[in-house]
Amino acid sequence: MSTSLQAVREIVTASSSGQAALLQVLLAVQDSSPENYVSEEAVNEIAHLLGVSRSRVYSTASFYSVISLKPRGRHIVRVCINAPCENAGKQAVLIALEQELGVSLGGTTADGRFTLEGVSCLGACYMSPAIKIDNRLYGDLTPEAAVAIIRSYGEEDTIEHTA
Amino acid sequence: MSTPHDSANSVFRLGLFRDFPTLMHYRDFGGYQALANALSGSPEAVIGEIGAAGLRGRGGAAFPTAAKLQMVRDNPPGVRYVICNADEGEPGTFKDRFIMTHIPFQLLEGMAIAAYAVGAAQGFIYIRHEYPEAQETMRRAIAAARAAGLLGADILGSGFSFDIEIFSGAGSYLCGEETALLSSIEGKKGRPRLKPPYPTQCGLWGKPTLINNVETLANIPPIVDRGSAWYRALGTADSHGTKLISLSGDVVRRGLYEVPFGTTFREIIYDYGGGLKQGRLKAVNIGGASGVVVPPWELDCPLEYDACGQRGITIGSGAVFVMDDSRSVLENVRNRIDFFLHESCGKCTPCREGLRQAGRIIHKTLAGEAVLADIDNLERYTRTMQNAAFCGLGQAAGNSLISSLKYFRDDYEAMCRDQNQAAPKEATA
Ligand code: SF4
Ligand code: FES
Repeated sequence: MSTSLQAVREIVTASSSGQAALLQVLLAVQDSSPENYVSEEAVNEIAHLLGVSRSRVYSTASFYSVISLKPRGRHIVRVCINAPCENAGKQAVLIALEQELGVSLGGTTADGRFTLEGVSCLGACYMSPAIKIDNRLYGDLTPEAAVAIIRSYGEEDTIEHTA
Repeated sequence: MSTPHDSANSVFRLGLFRDFPTLMHYRDFGGYQALANALSGSPEAVIGEIGAAGLRGRGGAAFPTAAKLQMVRDNPPGVRYVICNADEGEPGTFKDRFIMTHIPFQLLEGMAIAAYAVGAAQGFIYIRHEYPEAQETMRRAIAAARAAGLLGADILGSGFSFDIEIFSGAGSYLCGEETALLSSIEGKKGRPRLKPPYPTQCGLWGKPTLINNVETLANIPPIVDRGSAWYRALGTADSHGTKLISLSGDVVRRGLYEVPFGTTFREIIYDYGGGLKQGRLKAVNIGGASGVVVPPWELDCPLEYDACGQRGITIGSGAVFVMDDSRSVLENVRNRIDFFLHESCGKCTPCREGLRQAGRIIHKTLAGEAVLADIDNLERYTRTMQNAAFCGLGQAAGNSLISSLKYFRDDYEAMCRDQNQAAPKEATA
């Protein structure tokens, strides 16, 4: 399931000013998609509504690493890969996450719950190694702590589901 | 954040560090008095005070702030913009995130004063995507300031109007470069443009635009409030005020520190940071990924634009990253080169190919497959990049490499195949 075209229309109408809004619209459309991506239909609709060419939309979308043109998991797990985190033990945390999730960097779990990505400095080097899951920051991680955090998400998802 | 000196000597409003920063608290600590002061005087007076304080840009380039304000002000009448560059992407740096999440109103007040000085009615804060919490806090702060008549139409009944919009980045380090940032707001790829014309004349949508870093703008209210003489007294004859230092790595107390200019790097690491957790000091990276790697004996250098410049130390964003003697300088430099290779936009050859070659040689060296001639090539490629790259990213990408070759060349050579073979031959000769 991707973002409905109706949702795309609403986002574009709510945004401030034409072409300037393109990147913000792409981000909002992606955020509103349960699969965290901008679909082909959404690209077409954005181009149409903003009055720009489809290639312009693709060119902007593909330049920015945060925009995905492929479906991703419900939760994005971002592991900081920069020097302060690497020194503080990022590699062990990453390996533990890869094992727990059964995917390597860039991959999405088979149940569609998590996508594992590398990210540049999260501005949390005072508690490196750090990761971010969706909008939440976790620092001072050990491999065990990282796995426990992932499992806590599993529980949250189940609760959401049965609620 | 903590400082050994009291808050009377602090540019940042220390009493305000609590979970959610409210406008009421900010005003209790003297917030928004500076804006009221500024609006009751002339824009020229504001620029004059900032000039007398000697404030320089805190994003890395250290350009005199008053001169930039004046350049935007000097344009023929018409639309102007104020942009806050909050695309803090320099690995090892977290000061701007801290300002936005803890003292957002100090930033908003600084932007409003800057807007009054240059005659702008519209501002943007370009916040990187990796900082959703900062985006959220700034949104709430903007709404609160607007509701209190401190943003929007007719601010404090002065007739001056100025409003601010948040713009989110999307994961491109290059967008911290000011012309790339402009392209990004305009909805295009975040690629740098040729300068001149400078944004102060021809910026966002071709209009004169003031672009300043978060920390720079947050310095403005205390200067206007307490005066340039107070501000100058905080620093040294050459560098005025204080600097936020993001301290990370193998030290006891990692964190954000506000230090007066003139403090030495040794004091930052040992007095503020409590020294090393274990082992001995091997190297310190100053200024983030685009900064330099220096050995312990350079640390008596004071944090000062001139003194640092003479020693080839780039203060940059104020990142100080400490490595103990269990760390490999080469691994560290490799991480930084990989970072730049990933972030390079590929527009120009020296940066695109230079980084690729540099990365290849470092990986080869770490694998024990390089020969001494490779290290010379590494140095040549890096110099070319520094001299011929189109924008600041490529020009600065080799800084950590060149400085590590200057100070830690032995570490490189020890990893070379022919070096290792040379030793036994000599022994038998
Ligand atoms: S120096 Fe690098 S980032 Fe800058 S324009 Fe050239 S390729 Fe792009
Ligand atoms: S380097 Fe990982 S959070 Fe800064």
